[in-house]
Amino acid sequence: MKFIEIKNCSKIYKNGVTAIANLDLEIKKGEFVFIIGTTASGKSTLIKMLYREEKPTKGEVMVGGINVGKLRNGKVYKLRRKIGVVFQDFKLLPKLSVYENVAFGLETIGMKASEIKPKVLNALERVGLKSKVRAFPRELSGGEQQRVCIARAIVNEPKLLICDEPTGNLDPDTSKEIMKVIDSINKDLGTTVVMATHDKDIVNRMKKRVVTIDSGIKISDVEKGGYKVHESA
Amino acid sequence: MRVLRIFIRNFRDSLRSVFRNFSLSIASITCITITLILVSLSIVISANLYHFTKNLEEELTIIVYLDEDVDSAKEQQIEAAIKDMDSYEFLEFKSKEEWKAEMQATSSELSATLEYLDTNPLLDSITVKVLDIKDLAKSAEYIRGLDGVKSAKYGEDTVDKIIFIFDVMEKATVVIVLALILVTAFLISNTIKLTIFSRRNEIEIMRLVGTRNIVIRQPFIIEGFILGVIGSIIPIIITVYGYIIFYDHFDGYLFSHMVELIKPTDLIWIVSLIIMIIGGIVGMFGSSRAVRKYLKI
Repeated sequence: MKFIEIKNCSKIYKNGVTAIANLDLEIKKGEFVFIIGTTASGKSTLIKMLYREEKPTKGEVMVGGINVGKLRNGKVYKLRRKIGVVFQDFKLLPKLSVYENVAFGLETIGMKASEIKPKVLNALERVGLKSKVRAFPRELSGGEQQRVCIARAIVNEPKLLICDEPTGNLDPDTSKEIMKVIDSINKDLGTTVVMATHDKDIVNRMKKRVVTIDSGIKISDVEKGGYKVHESA
Repeated sequence: MRVLRIFIRNFRDSLRSVFRNFSLSIASITCITITLILVSLSIVISANLYHFTKNLEEELTIIVYLDEDVDSAKEQQIEAAIKDMDSYEFLEFKSKEEWKAEMQATSSELSATLEYLDTNPLLDSITVKVLDIKDLAKSAEYIRGLDGVKSAKYGEDTVDKIIFIFDVMEKATVVIVLALILVTAFLISNTIKLTIFSRRNEIEIMRLVGTRNIVIRQPFIIEGFILGVIGSIIPIIITVYGYIIFYDHFDGYLFSHMVELIKPTDLIWIVSLIIMIIGGIVGMFGSSRAVRKYLKI
């Protein structure tokens, strides 16, 4: 069952730069897909189109049955509630505790405190941070901060988890831990995961589907691929 | 319930933000306070000018003297013509006999003089009141042109000067108040702009987790409102106590008994309410300008 369907999609920025060119891509529900490519290859633009940070200039991007390109600004929240996003730079609020950071999104959509609490604790348990609910981001290591970020992304049980270079700021061992957490979310919860990364070790070790993009063009799409395969592709 | 929960949360966040960016908030509140003091002063002056003008209007009339040979039928015609004027409010006819009796009643010497004369030298008159004192000159001019009218007077020079001065003061007040309101809105807009920048991470996360745009914008609008309302507190205190002290000091009259001040109870509460509403609205207007311009969702 297709969860993401991208048809003949192009994205040309106002300055004339073509970030994505005639891209076709299908991702099934529950799949784990790496998007790899060099800097400025277009992978971040592709990721941004999935959560409607960018709109395609041409073609169609369907996410969970929603036509992202045709979504009006006022309705974007409907798409975003189905998606969790994890970034390289964590984007945690420094003045809020771990619990408050994870609960933040649920509060802003008007959920009751009694509903929020079990969801937040579940999410923190899943990322192994239940003991740090009262800690503040400055008291956590980089890996722990990224785990808080993942907990915040999955707290509302999204259908899709988008990760934009989630291990970019972490050392190899911490990166492995983070990947374990993301992999378990994919396997245990059935959440579709799309991850843009530069990390060759992770891609090679995980043996997941790998889509390679170069200059906005999909140059390969390999099941259980690795970074090395695509260097030669 | 959900909407209420979101509103309460946003209100709490807005209050926090006012104190979190304290120096910035104080700068905005100070500007709002200064502006609103001037706005309050302008309103108090305008209201008193209006009150004075209204009192003046009550007293200002056109005295129309009729020719000696005007008979009753002709007098009726003149009255009808006066009543046809758009500015007409009311009129009162006084015959020369009534004038004579009135004058005789006021002074015995005058009474003797008038008795001495064979004929009554006085004239029949009509006192005319118009709706708006601005129409006095025009109405007097019209009445002077009527057949059988000897003269129509209203103290031209003084009245024209007073009307001109009041008119200028009223317009100047409106212009000053509007200019100050615009400056305040701009300052609040600047404060909110900085709040938006200082909370950009929060805004980004809210957008990512699927918070509705209106909910993202709401705290900034509320913050502008709070800044405006807090900024109105000192002007309200100054208006209330300042006007009471001013009124008591002059015993309710300025310069002479001709200029009667409005009683504090009739003025200060309504001005305070207006000041608070202006503060709140200007705050929201300023913040929505910043939200439209700088909060890209």
